[in-house]
Amino acid sequence: MSQAPSKFADASLQVNRRHVSGKLWLTIFQVATLIGVVALTVLLLTILNDSFGYVAVENKVDPDSLAVNGIPLDAQDKETLMQTLRANISAGLYARFERDQPFAERDAANVYALIQEFVISPRILESWTLYDSLFIREQISETLERDFPNAELQFRNWLSWNFVRAQQSSYPEIAGVRTAILGSLWTIGIAIAFSLPVGVGAAVYLQEYAQDNQINRIIQTNINNLAGVPSIIYGMLGLAIFVRAFGLFTSGIAFGAVDPATANGRTILSAGLTLGLLVLPLIIINAQEAIKAVPNSLREASFGLGATRWETIWAHVLPNALPGILTGSILAVSRAIGETAPLIVIGASTFIQVDPSGPFSKFTTLPIQIFQWTTRPQGAYHHLAAAASLVLLVMLLTLNATAILLRNRSRRSY
Amino acid sequence: MQNSTYAIETKDLAIFYGAFQAVGNVNLEIEHHKITAIIGPSGCGKSTVLRAFNRMNELIPSVSTKGVVLFNGHNIYERDVDPVEVRRHVGMVFQKPNPFPKSIYENIAWGARINGYTGNMDELVESALRGAALWDEVHDKLDQSGTSLSGGQQQRLCIARAIAVKPDIILMDEPCSALDPIATLRIEELMYDLAREYTIIIVTHNMQQAARVSDYTAFFSLSEDGKRTGQLMEYGDTKTIFTNPGRKITEDYITGRFG
Ligand SMILES: Nc1ncnc2c1ncn2[C@@H]1O[C@H](COP(=O)(O)OP(=O)(O)OP(=O)(O)O)[C@@H](O)[C@H]1O
Ligand SMILES: [Mg+2]
Repeated sequence: MSQAPSKFADASLQVNRRHVSGKLWLTIFQVATLIGVVALTVLLLTILNDSFGYVAVENKVDPDSLAVNGIPLDAQDKETLMQTLRANISAGLYARFERDQPFAERDAANVYALIQEFVISPRILESWTLYDSLFIREQISETLERDFPNAELQFRNWLSWNFVRAQQSSYPEIAGVRTAILGSLWTIGIAIAFSLPVGVGAAVYLQEYAQDNQINRIIQTNINNLAGVPSIIYGMLGLAIFVRAFGLFTSGIAFGAVDPATANGRTILSAGLTLGLLVLPLIIINAQEAIKAVPNSLREASFGLGATRWETIWAHVLPNALPGILTGSILAVSRAIGETAPLIVIGASTFIQVDPSGPFSKFTTLPIQIFQWTTRPQGAYHHLAAAASLVLLVMLLTLNATAILLRNRSRRSY
Repeated sequence: MQNSTYAIETKDLAIFYGAFQAVGNVNLEIEHHKITAIIGPSGCGKSTVLRAFNRMNELIPSVSTKGVVLFNGHNIYERDVDPVEVRRHVGMVFQKPNPFPKSIYENIAWGARINGYTGNMDELVESALRGAALWDEVHDKLDQSGTSLSGGQQQRLCIARAIAVKPDIILMDEPCSALDPIATLRIEELMYDLAREYTIIIVTHNMQQAARVSDYTAFFSLSEDGKRTGQLMEYGDTKTIFTNPGRKITEDYITGRFG
């Protein structure tokens, strides 16, 4: 176009220079995007790198030797597994398992886990990352022969079904995240049950009822500011209120649900309520935005027919705001799922083997489990932390995908 | 309910947005079962006055209303009058069609239901849609969303929705301003039919429309004292206002020589 007719060659427009500065900005934006993409990729690769790889394993007892009548251990029923277990551990230990939880109540998987842990008792002596496993295989073999002559080299998928299903354990080879997943689900469930109704209620009040006066403006400003308060401070708040002040209730003692001698307020209920408080301002603000987005013409139409304010809210405002409210709430909750600091403050258990059974149980959650594993010196735990991170990421992505789905499905025209 | 000479009668009606007086001194008598048009330049308070007739102004927090609005002889601004009840008797059709994002059927049934209608809902929906000259176009898609209709159809749906609660008066604020001439004509024909059963008050910027459909015309304009307060300049039967206006300002406005 440079040979364009003269009327397109007005130098005073400085078109070229303006295009250059435009291109400069474009480059900056592209670089910024690239940095983001690279960072994400590196993060994901690091986690994946730690989630798979060779391990040097040494079993106390060869699992093949535990086959009964030619049936391998994996395929045995509960009765057979119990016999195998009894035959290979001391009577005292067996009695202790019975005391912890009667065998009649345990399922086959549980007995299998006991055999794994106390009979076969595999020990991981050394572990390698996926990268090392793929590219320095020879070196690994040499190390194995030199340092661990009795060990067997196995390719281990740290993120196995067993990992998701198994309880926490002090042995990394059989440790899993079931307790942590259940703990996360319980706390989040309680957080939602608390913050969604309260948050939507407050949003409806502020948006549809509250007059524009000094007090309500102060309330609004406070809510906006609360949304930015660091989560650790919510932890302090939860500790002071739920664990200490209302410990009688959050521990379950007041309801006679637990043994008063051992119970304390560091329960799932306290954790859930603390996370609920944490996301409450976000839920209120999101719900307010969703309610604000409902066009006024709908309210007028409703009032014009002789509807009361509540009828208008219930029949028109809330149904039309609902997708927005849900989307916002899910995104708020997905923030809470990853929270670690406040739960550490209110006293999550770092090592816990019993599944949470209700709101008054002790608990741990996925991020806390990850945090705890990363602080261990042994390499095997870092693989566990990476695998648990993947589980957490999958949970988060599922939630976010739900939110996006909800939003896309309910784009409406008024 | 028709126990008073006028459907609506205002006495010294004045309406304020905060400290700003939008209209003042409005004394107006609206006849039963007639179409009354409110005309006047933009910003003179036509909508404000219209919305005073069913207490819709109260939805705006800053509004205060002085004076008296008699509906069938009762002052609707009396302390013990519930605006919800007023609006049930004085329906409204808005400038921009605003059907609920629900089915066509539900659009009509909802208002009737909250107002305690217990009769046959199917019949009511059909009669309201027939009354709004929409039945033939939508009778086979009553479960479709009201928002899926064309603009003109949406506006007739809004009219059907308003008449389904059987009000005495229907207020219309520029109901045709978002519609094409053919849709406008249909609404105008509809107003004729509706006037047999309802008292209709319509705000319009369209002089021809006012002249065509209305029996009475109220002309509002801004006061000349510079305070920009809307005032009722002239009121009378439409023929007189359009052919033989009593004031120069009215004549200027009607003939387009205004301002
Ligand atoms: N919500 C509001 N808050 C404050 N002032 C308002 C509000 N609505 C209207 N007004 C003012 O009141 C006056 C009358 O407004 P109104 O909407 O009644 O005029 P109108 O005659 O209907 O105009 P138009 O023909 O443009 O619709 C105007 O000066 C306007 O600025
Ligand atoms: Mg108007």
